Amino acid sequence: MTVLLIAIGAALGAPLRYLTDRAVQSRHDSAFPWGTLTVNVAGSLLLGAVLAVPADPGVTALVGTGFCGALTTWSTLSYETLRLARSGARRHAYANVLASVVAGLGAAFLGYALVAAF
Amino acid sequence: MSRPPESRVDPDVDLRVPADRGELTAHPAAVLGVIAAGGVLGALARAGVQAAVPHPPTGFPWATFGVNVTGCLLIGVLMAVLTARPAGPLARPFLGVGVLGGFTTFSAYAVDAQRLVTAGAAGTALAYLALTVLGALVAVAVGDTVTTRLLPARDGAAR
Repeated sequence: MTVLLIAIGAALGAPLRYLTDRAVQSRHDSAFPWGTLTVNVAGSLLLGAVLAVPADPGVTALVGTGFCGALTTWSTLSYETLRLARSGARRHAYANVLASVVAGLGAAFLGYALVAAF
Repeated sequence: MSRPPESRVDPDVDLRVPADRGELTAHPAAVLGVIAAGGVLGALARAGVQAAVPHPPTGFPWATFGVNVTGCLLIGVLMAVLTARPAGPLARPFLGVGVLGGFTTFSAYAVDAQRLVTAGAAGTALAYLALTVLGALVAVAVGDTVTTRLLPARDGAAR
């Protein structure tokens, strides 16, 4: 059952990352990967909220491991950073990693605090 | 006005790459289908590793660390292979966006660190945050560099 819930969550999360990335990147003209930053921060916020209270294991598998896990990505973030650095946009490369870590961690704390406050 | 392939930054989808820009209109069901299928495979593999190597609340999250660094190594390898040996239109969506995107996770990275801080293990959190960044960036660079050297581009495959 857990395997099925993770699979359903991932089957939604991965395509949503792709569609969000397209939607965000079509709205600006720079090489900065705002789309990946968006999904990573949103997924961190949601997972922080889900795990703030002792959740049902099924919810954790579906929303946490499956959906948030597949929505967010480290592989895309690392490759973008490599490409930015190699194309001469070193500042963008550093900013991409720093913004992802700071905003992702901040989002995890915010999600946790919002749910814990209720 | 299209730019050459070497301008790619985002391996998931880079709208400045003409093939990426047109792929969703050309085969919407196939592209989203293989991304979903790949995402399921990647996520289940990640969940398997996380279940096999659990970590206590104040312990270093080795499973997620290993998954993320391995996934970064493999995206470097994959994108270098696809650059040197262009494959079918669904190869990147399935393997890169789906399998490796589903395998690696940023949300667990951020929340693991937040939970370590909340549990009073700020030092471990800081080490985990920094080592993942370092490991991920070294891994993707090694994967790309080694694969590119082993696979010289054929005629017509631009790098």
